[in-house]
Amino acid sequence: MEHIRTPKVEQVRLLDRFSNKSASGTLHLTATHLIFVESNADAAQEIWILHHHIGSVEKLSLTTSGCPLVIQCRNFRVVHFVVQRERDCHDIYSSLLRLLRPVSYEELYAFSYNPKQNEQQREEGWQLIDLGAEFERMGVPCDQWQLTDVNRNYKICETYPRDLYVPITASKPIIVGSSKFRSKGRFPVLTYFYQEKKAAVCRCSQPLSGFSARCLEDESMLQAISKANHNSRFVYVMDTRPKLNAMANRAAGKGYENEDNYSNIRFQFVGIENIHVMRTSLQKLLEVVGTRSLSVNDYLLGLESSGWLRHVKAVLDAAIFLTKAVTVEGASVLVHCSDGWDRTAQVCSLGALLMDPYYRTINGFMVLIEKDWISFGHKFADRCDQLDGDPKEVSPVFTQFLECVWQLTEQFPQAFEFNEWLLLQIHEHVHSCQYGNFLANNQRQREELQLKDRTHSLWAFLLSEGQNYLNPAFCHTYAETHPVLEPSTLPCHLKFWRNMYHQFDRSMHPRQSVLKNVLTLKESNRQLEDTIMKLEARLQKHGISPPTPDPQAPPKDQRTLLNHTRPHSLILAAPLSLKEAQHQEEVGEEAKKCCSDTERTVEGSSGSERKESYGDLQGTYGAKVEPAVVSLEFGVARMTC
Amino acid sequence: MEFAELIKTPRVDGVVLRRPFLPTVEGTLCLTGHHLILSSRQDNTEELWLLHANIDAIEKRFVGSLGTIIVKCKDLRVIQLDIPGMEECLNIASSIEVLSTLDSVSLMYPLFYRPMFQVIEDGWKSFLPEDAFKDLESMTEEWRLSDVNKDYSVCSSYPPLVAVPKDVDDDTLRKAAAFRHGGRFPVLSYYHKKNGMVMMRSGQPLTGTNGRRCKEDEKLINATLRAGKRGYIIDTRTVSVAQQAKARGGGFESEANYPQWRRIHKAIERSSILQESLIKLVEACNDQSHSMDRWLSKLEASNWQTHVKEILTTACLAAQCIDREGASVLVHGTEGTDSTLQVTSLAQIILDPACRTIQGFQALVEREWLQAGHPFQQRCSQSAYSNSKPRCEAPVFLLFLDCVWQILRQFPCSFQFSQHFLVLLFEHTYASQFGTFMGNSASERSKLNLSQKTVSLWSWVNRPQEVERLSNPLYEANCLVIWPSVAPQSLLLWEGVFLRWKRSSRCLDEAYDEMVHIIQYNKELQNKVNNLRRQLAQLETEEPLLQTP
Repeated sequence: MEHIRTPKVEQVRLLDRFSNKSASGTLHLTATHLIFVESNADAAQEIWILHHHIGSVEKLSLTTSGCPLVIQCRNFRVVHFVVQRERDCHDIYSSLLRLLRPVSYEELYAFSYNPKQNEQQREEGWQLIDLGAEFERMGVPCDQWQLTDVNRNYKICETYPRDLYVPITASKPIIVGSSKFRSKGRFPVLTYFYQEKKAAVCRCSQPLSGFSARCLEDESMLQAISKANHNSRFVYVMDTRPKLNAMANRAAGKGYENEDNYSNIRFQFVGIENIHVMRTSLQKLLEVVGTRSLSVNDYLLGLESSGWLRHVKAVLDAAIFLTKAVTVEGASVLVHCSDGWDRTAQVCSLGALLMDPYYRTINGFMVLIEKDWISFGHKFADRCDQLDGDPKEVSPVFTQFLECVWQLTEQFPQAFEFNEWLLLQIHEHVHSCQYGNFLANNQRQREELQLKDRTHSLWAFLLSEGQNYLNPAFCHTYAETHPVLEPSTLPCHLKFWRNMYHQFDRSMHPRQSVLKNVLTLKESNRQLEDTIMKLEARLQKHGISPPTPDPQAPPKDQRTLLNHTRPHSLILAAPLSLKEAQHQEEVGEEAKKCCSDTERTVEGSSGSERKESYGDLQGTYGAKVEPAVVSLEFGVARMTC
Repeated sequence: MEFAELIKTPRVDGVVLRRPFLPTVEGTLCLTGHHLILSSRQDNTEELWLLHANIDAIEKRFVGSLGTIIVKCKDLRVIQLDIPGMEECLNIASSIEVLSTLDSVSLMYPLFYRPMFQVIEDGWKSFLPEDAFKDLESMTEEWRLSDVNKDYSVCSSYPPLVAVPKDVDDDTLRKAAAFRHGGRFPVLSYYHKKNGMVMMRSGQPLTGTNGRRCKEDEKLINATLRAGKRGYIIDTRTVSVAQQAKARGGGFESEANYPQWRRIHKAIERSSILQESLIKLVEACNDQSHSMDRWLSKLEASNWQTHVKEILTTACLAAQCIDREGASVLVHGTEGTDSTLQVTSLAQIILDPACRTIQGFQALVEREWLQAGHPFQQRCSQSAYSNSKPRCEAPVFLLFLDCVWQILRQFPCSFQFSQHFLVLLFEHTYASQFGTFMGNSASERSKLNLSQKTVSLWSWVNRPQEVERLSNPLYEANCLVIWPSVAPQSLLLWEGVFLRWKRSSRCLDEAYDEMVHIIQYNKELQNKVNNLRRQLAQLETEEPLLQTP
């Protein structure tokens, strides 16, 4: 609290990013949140911004109406305040600067966040995911693969988890030798086992080969991986970097495998760019789509020049290559990049998602993230800028992974048990630092921080509201008919993910959500089935067995039941509350003019629920009178009476 | 001319057909006067029945004596026929070329087609101007139906009956017509019930370089204004294009002569540019390269999405003037038969819930496109693959459908129809067994006596099973004005048309079916609950004694 100079500033205006609308209200600064409360009494909206979500704060030069403050958030929310007095603006600005750059993990929200849960529930939350059980599910350990305890104390590799799976024939000296020949000691280990063909997906970091160095233990390690699979005489080694980058690394004593030294490998570059390119690419993309009055041509050219979709395609193509090698050829694959925690994590996890239907369920998806991202040491703290660190380490690698998953869900609408909201919610919390799961860079650091004793698990929270994340079109038999997904990566089939990058720009979204509608209906179906059972039981008391339905019966209005599945979480407010927000807009007019009740059903839930959500950039800022001159508002979808 | 003369080889055996998403079929190829037919002559295998009119272009290739004809259709599908024998192949190809480009209206398929279904309601009589006017009469008395154009002499592209202000006599109309391009004097397009404001449409005024004026024209449009109110004229052309039009005798309404009107210029492109845009877009979609940059730059260079955005923006503007500003609007471009109709019809989709129903949308197409004189035959005689130099072809109506699809995507519960209906209309404007989209105007259709000699598309569409197929299961009547977002991020490429033959829609269709199932199941359950409740209520009133506390 000592950083907060001014806890409250009144008469602050909030400007809409894409239209000329604005709202006035009060800005509150708390230890964890920046809160904007609109002063309009009727439709008072609240925006809650977690300090950790703030990526940057910018104070623009003073204007006649006040001092502008622009806040960009990591969840792609951008808010533009105008504070009347410059001193207030400066106070908020400097407080935020301090608050959004925590220097120690202990300052993060997860350590103070306290949902109404008892200790037992909290502990159970951390026990939901068991990676040992997951490897058992894959069929490991088995006659060719075993659990090794070499990294029990994080001695061999401090960024790997304690439990690692290696070929039976890989002895301890081989492991140790191989790890010394690999960047950061990240030697080849098993991450996914394709039981049907006994083919393994292994991951590691680049070899320290330089121009000519070799390592017999490392060669034996790859030999062991190869021998563990009788289906194929060779192992694919996928270097996920562009060839040029890998060659440049040789000058620094790193590099890639020389096919001459490894008797049984097939080496392949797949050309995914590095974290710096991805960071710049997304920045460019956001700049383009954040432009006001953007023309279609500038939008498309911007999409192209940002390169973002090209990178997404490269990642997906790599995952498809991996999947084909494993499922069609039955070959084992070793995947690496430089350190083996960014591109390698993307490719291994997406490949697993394509070949194993389990990872397309809600539970399985959590396991997948836990395994390939959290436990294998994707540096969430650095990449997501959790502490005040090196800005060059920040990169949207995980966001890009989520986007690849979204592209797949768009192509296979029945294959995934979860819907888009789960992806958005996970993204939200990777950056919120509200739960312990994604804090720090690796398992060892997490243990030192005693996260499991001091914080809550996101997975428990997500499962508790699992209803909201269900894909209503999910087909349980799809896993049998389509065990392996074969997505198209033709450029025209990859799309811009509006719901992610414009999450909070409600004016750009469809006004009515098919997903929400169908989810609601599905929930209603469940309740109706219950009701029918109860009614039939009561009828049976009267000695009447279940009757046959009468198709002539007029449907009674059951709409009161329909609004039940309303997620209470923050991010869901974005896609969902579009309707609500607009409902607010319509209420006044509706009251005067009689609109049908159906409309209300379409619009969704009540205002009181809205306040629970952390808000979203609502469109109707106050009762601004229409301008006398016709000016078409740019890009605003809405409904009016 | 007999078709037989054009068909050199009516039948070839051993032809292999390759087409998107379906297995290769080998069979016999037959050419008839109107169809290209491929039959495997086995049961349960799908045959190809392709209207010659649907063929946009063909390509021939030879490898030895095996010839290949690539058939590119107006619905953007591409199929391949492998024909053994060079002579047969050449004969077939030249017959297809001739048959698919027949200019003679009297040989067109709709005149030969006999319906295989029972016509319940004759579509030719479903949407008569008289009936539409009855609705208008119930709302206002300020308008009348004029038959000044009953013999099509005042305006060849207008229908015989048009709605005009009550206080304006036919003589004034005739004079105003002389002052408007193609005789298209301002007529009523839409009456906004909520506030009594109207939207009119016309051709450009023929002011020319010396600023000709026409008192009758001024009187006509001023008659639609309430005392002391101003109206808006939306010119779909940019100021400079409108200026240039003066040199060719056209022009725009000057402030001096129309002081009660405020003129706004927008930038909807002329039809020839739209055709080029379509060709580029389809080429981009068919590009087999895997380069993302190439795809995005080709998509950008096609400008298609820009046109969609411009049209939607202008329609929103018109709707905003009417609904938000409470002002009446006159819309025109040059001829008043293309961009004008895109704007007036889309504005009605935005403003009027009735237009979002299946029947209402047909009425809108009938009223604002067919009756309003959009030259369908000229605009749709070639599609994106044609090699011949475009004359008057332009995807004006397809762009309108694309815009409707964009709004449908943004308000998926507000339309009674699904995108299938829009795709169906797209197909039938380019090639059809029905007479609806034949001819270029009401007068041409009446001269051809189409209502007697052909079947209307609406007769087909309005059968219960077809209505069901085209329905949107999520539809809930919504009486609101729906304002679409026109941000580039909100506009999508219409996959259902442009990527339709690139990838099977099976995954998406199955998911859609699942959604339909959930909705239907919900209805069934609700019925069942109601029945049980009723039954229980009856029992409990009959046997109150059985109730135990």
